[in-house]
Amino acid sequence: MALFWHHVFATGLAKNEHILSASIQLEMFRRNGMSDMRTILLDLSRDPAMIFWLDNNENHNGEPNENYGRELLELFSLGVGNYTEIDIKNAARAFTGWTFAQSPPLYPHGYYASEFLFDADDHDNGEKEFLGHRGNLDGGDIIDIIVEQRSCARFVSRHLYNFFVADEPQVPTWNDLPPLDPALIEDMSDAFLDSDGQIKPVLRVMFNSDSFREARFKKVKSPVELVLGVLKMVSTHDYFHPGLAKYAESVMVVMGQKLLDPPTVEGWHTGKEWIDGGNLTERVNFAVGEVGDGSSPGIKQIVDRMIESDSLTSHGSFVDAALDAMGPIDVEDPTREALVQFAARSEGDDDRSRAVRMIRLIVATPEYQYA
Amino acid sequence: MATNGTEKKIGKAPVLVVVQMTGGNDFMNTLVPYTSGLYYDSRKTVRITEDRVIKLNDQLGFHPSAAPLKEMYDRGDVAIIQGIGYENSNRSHFRAMDIMHTAEPKTISTEGWLAKAIKQLDPDGKNVLTGVSFGRGLPRAMAAPGVRVTSVGDLDTYGLMTSVEIEEQRAEALDIFKRFYTPAIGTGATMSYLKQTGDDVLNGIDQLQSVPGRYESTVEYEDNPIGKSLRDVARTHIAGLGTRIFYVQHAGYDHHAVEMPAHEKLLAELSGALRDFMDDLREHDAAEEVVIYAFTEVGRRVQDNGSGTDHGSGGGAFTIGERVDGGLYAGYQSLGPKTFANGEDLAHTFDFRGVYATLLEQWMSVDSVDIVRGKYEQLHPFRVA
Repeated sequence: MALFWHHVFATGLAKNEHILSASIQLEMFRRNGMSDMRTILLDLSRDPAMIFWLDNNENHNGEPNENYGRELLELFSLGVGNYTEIDIKNAARAFTGWTFAQSPPLYPHGYYASEFLFDADDHDNGEKEFLGHRGNLDGGDIIDIIVEQRSCARFVSRHLYNFFVADEPQVPTWNDLPPLDPALIEDMSDAFLDSDGQIKPVLRVMFNSDSFREARFKKVKSPVELVLGVLKMVSTHDYFHPGLAKYAESVMVVMGQKLLDPPTVEGWHTGKEWIDGGNLTERVNFAVGEVGDGSSPGIKQIVDRMIESDSLTSHGSFVDAALDAMGPIDVEDPTREALVQFAARSEGDDDRSRAVRMIRLIVATPEYQYA
Repeated sequence: MATNGTEKKIGKAPVLVVVQMTGGNDFMNTLVPYTSGLYYDSRKTVRITEDRVIKLNDQLGFHPSAAPLKEMYDRGDVAIIQGIGYENSNRSHFRAMDIMHTAEPKTISTEGWLAKAIKQLDPDGKNVLTGVSFGRGLPRAMAAPGVRVTSVGDLDTYGLMTSVEIEEQRAEALDIFKRFYTPAIGTGATMSYLKQTGDDVLNGIDQLQSVPGRYESTVEYEDNPIGKSLRDVARTHIAGLGTRIFYVQHAGYDHHAVEMPAHEKLLAELSGALRDFMDDLREHDAAEEVVIYAFTEVGRRVQDNGSGTDHGSGGGAFTIGERVDGGLYAGYQSLGPKTFANGEDLAHTFDFRGVYATLLEQWMSVDSVDIVRGKYEQLHPFRVA
């Protein structure tokens, strides 16, 4: 769930340049990820990395900076079309004085933590109107109002669907394009509103839905998913040691995803936008390179399973055994035909070598790009 | 591909090579205002003393390690565009780079300015090599929905299944790969796109793999990343594959600390590589159709921080080529503190979108209004043919 929330509340080192704040934020996502939207947004609004990322430290009484107020509504909770420019202005005013005790220090001035500070003198206590509510609203009130909105329930539900079920169009279009499964989003939204913004009931509805059951290969793997999936499959590494993290990061970066450093405040565009010629080349070359070593524990196990399954009797069963041992993975007919052709051509070669080459081909398929 | 023949017939179609100096180049220490008291007052440590400056005129001079750039300048091939920027300059790298890449300072855009130019140059996407980026990762400037460009990490090792050592097995795998990625209609939009992309990759690889073998040159580039990237550009351009826009990146300009030795090294690498690149093209009679545009995303603060410089605004760029009318363009940023942006940054004197419009309209013959979203004042840094 930390990865999910990092995708939604994408905060970047490129601006913050402070790894400690980033890791504190990540810890918050781990802690709050399955809690409720009120807690999530409240802690997010008090998070120094976020405050700095969206300039809320520059959001002063009498001189509001709307950056956080705007993105809170547009990208973090409601989505375009569900609030007015006046709402943004008043949300920004409500968050004046929400700052940090000490700015996240830039290199090379040291690596101490930065802490949330509410500066009452810098807070705008005037009357504000926000989504039909009126009064001396502060940030907490704004979040309370947000979490009661059906648009917030829908926004969170659709994000969860996009992350766990199938690729939705990019977030900025959500107000114009309906969800892939509108009925499910409404059911999830009901669960959200009935539980006062709890995340678990929403997940429960989603994971029990038909859409989720039929969700295999409906979304393009993010680089994180692709890289970790392959590394888990080959099982060359027992645990996630620092060298492996560095390696994994370097390959994810060339595939277009540097964790903790999203391209924009909007986070990463997902789905087909993970793919361009360069990224695809990197994805295929990485996976082919990793699985090509028949002696790695994971590949050895897959090859054993293929051979034990008595699959070598026909070309088709050889292909199916490989797809089964690796996933199972579903492939479309043209892909399966190409794999069967390889099985036929390589007939008579050493069984193990042939099995490894089959695995290598499968990770290069278009279908393997999907989760 | 069929387009190669067409391109060859046209012969000298104009080519643009964009060099991104990533991290925010310190323009004041690249083109030094060596007579300015304010410069030396503000830069107690991170400064180029007058005796080290390679003088261009009685006010400005190059950083000493930019000597190769000075050689090109003396040939009349370098237009220095001073004071590039935009209103309310953004100090964040990511946002600033995004703005430079999309020519859109106000809202977030996903359409790169060069990708939109590529769309005009090759509307039907006939040649996957019309736009080629060298180096890891495709810059946003080269990306836009529906525009196909080629992204090459390293030309010498470019290819698919490169880890497969046995040549026979590799050929076999590529043959099967080609079948996987045969464009097909009716399998869903994303799957069609994925297959088309795989097919484009193969197509680009087919053409690019022959490039290193066809290239010979007496020019020896220095062994550093920018030299390598520019050599890849030269080899590809000389091979005549119809590429109109090249993109390379030179990283490391974000000098918050220990700037002096690091900046010196980068400028030496870059200016040496640019000179070698032009020499290489000339040797192959392939120089006059090429213009280089070297830019950076943020300026740096006037005041140094004792070791480096923090992010500021107002930068500068270089336009280089045989058809460039060398000299100084736009105005150097005012060094009067009253004019500073945010009270501490050089204020820009020329909008970067006007520079893009200049390159697009006058060099590439591409309509710029849609790309830069409006009409901006242009410069005239090209010699009339």
